[in-house]
Amino acid sequence: MSAELQQLYQQIILEHAKKRNGSPLADPPPGDKSGESHMLNPTCGDEITLRAAVHNDGAATTLSAISWDGQGCSISMASASVLSDLAQGMDREELLKVVDNFRELMRSRGSIEADEEILGDAAALSGVSRYPARVKCAMLAWVALEEALLAAN
Amino acid sequence: MSVVSTPATLKHAAGMIDDAEARRIRNDFPILSQQVNGSPLVYLDSGATSQNPLCVLEAEQEYYEQRNAAVHRGAHMLAVSATDAFENARETVAGFINAGMDEVVWTSNATEAINLIAYAFSNASVGRGGDAAARFVVGPGDELVVTEMEHHANLIPWQELAFRTGATLRYIPVDDAGALRLDEAEHIIGPRTKVVAFTHASNVLGTINPVATLVRLAREAGAAVVLDACQSVPHMGVDVKALDVDFAAFSGHKMLGPTGIGVLYGRAELLNAMPPFLTGGSMITTVTMEKAEYLPSPQRFEAGTQRISQAVALAAAVDYLRETGMDRIHAWEAELGQRLVAGLEAIDGVRVLGPAAGAERIGLAAFDVDGVHAHDVGQFLDDKGIAVRVGHHCAQPLHRRLGLVATTRASTYLYNTTDDVDAFLDAVAGVRPFFGVN
Repeated sequence: MSAELQQLYQQIILEHAKKRNGSPLADPPPGDKSGESHMLNPTCGDEITLRAAVHNDGAATTLSAISWDGQGCSISMASASVLSDLAQGMDREELLKVVDNFRELMRSRGSIEADEEILGDAAALSGVSRYPARVKCAMLAWVALEEALLAAN
Repeated sequence: MSVVSTPATLKHAAGMIDDAEARRIRNDFPILSQQVNGSPLVYLDSGATSQNPLCVLEAEQEYYEQRNAAVHRGAHMLAVSATDAFENARETVAGFINAGMDEVVWTSNATEAINLIAYAFSNASVGRGGDAAARFVVGPGDELVVTEMEHHANLIPWQELAFRTGATLRYIPVDDAGALRLDEAEHIIGPRTKVVAFTHASNVLGTINPVATLVRLAREAGAAVVLDACQSVPHMGVDVKALDVDFAAFSGHKMLGPTGIGVLYGRAELLNAMPPFLTGGSMITTVTMEKAEYLPSPQRFEAGTQRISQAVALAAAVDYLRETGMDRIHAWEAELGQRLVAGLEAIDGVRVLGPAAGAERIGLAAFDVDGVHAHDVGQFLDDKGIAVRVGHHCAQPLHRRLGLVATTRASTYLYNTTDDVDAFLDAVAGVRPFFGVN
């Protein structure tokens, strides 16, 4: 077993892949705007439907609810799970910055150290960046969230 | 004139291929000697693309070093030499499948070959090719028949032909085990059927389809038969005349040749009556500002500068396969295929698609590991230097029919050994424990 593979499939990733926090899809809180996105990774059939709701209290817009249904590899499912934990309750603009941070990490081919302060459990996905063929799996839920937020606007 | 030297170890080979012979063969393939992640490469993805023996690489290099020129034009020495090499390659490949020289059309790959047929039908259907092409006309009320196990390359071109012409696409379903429902086929193929297109050997199930039965049904209906031979021509002796198909398609890169070249076989009578697909230079007799007259097959279908070095290298690959012996290759891969299936069936939580151990199959096996996605299986195997294919293998409808989204596939070729298969089986046995699935 290589160190890279152990780094890729950390225990926390395998646990998230099973727990699937944020799944299944749930109705958005009444009164909040919501948007939905369906994403497909055609090379392997990973699939996710993600729903995001935002609440505006006049001063700021926060993510009031995130939920999803999906099927796919452990990386794509774990990624959706950690994202759900991370995004819940976050300021919308902050959240979009975190998505960019994660995307940059995924595309880094291992050259960037994950910032746990910013990414939480998602930092455990940093090992994916050494496997370019798997970056799409890890990004699936995050791209779906971006699209769902746009739709909720 | 032969441009390729065949390795001495393979000349006049006799008897069955065994592990010792497979190891000798393996030594002819430079890429297979490398280490991956600290382990010797175990290449079990030849169903997707095969590797090249040194003689194939040398043939391509020799062509560029000694002969490179445009073919079928120019009077200089190199042009003649290149044309000879190009047409000799055609003769070699034609002989390999028992076709005539005018029955082998070079394409980019099997996908383009099948699209060529579909677009020729399409062009005939809008009147191109005149009366001679009347037999290729399809329209509302006509039916195109495929099977539920087709690779997308032998499905989507027919879907599109149906959309363009108003014809109806129908398919022969498979049963729960993935076998073709021949009882259904008898009802589906009928007087309305214009095309019956099906795969010779399934790239997912490993089954060899009953060509004779389907050809008989197509003949009774007066339909053209299109055979996807991508997984058969590289692995067993294929005689297109004995199979009595009208068209067949296969790819060079799956049979020890380079990428960028494929073959369309068509009966000469049909090819010479068919309107062209791609048009342009090198495929014409007379051109005016208004219209053009076309050469007979195969030039009619070879517009533009051709894949000359690829054709030459493919012929070298065919020479290599013939020297090794297609019957020997088929027998060896069947043995490896049985070892794969028997071994996989013995692993808890593994479901093999297609025929059970003991039943006929080519040397590949696709399987599902309960609780672990195919992508994760493939990643785990790659870590041990084992290369397999993961995903739907360009057969989404078949996977859907079998209740799956993605599977893992191990596919063998003449250079694989029982050690390769055993290393793979050992690794698969470790998949569920690693991912914590019981």
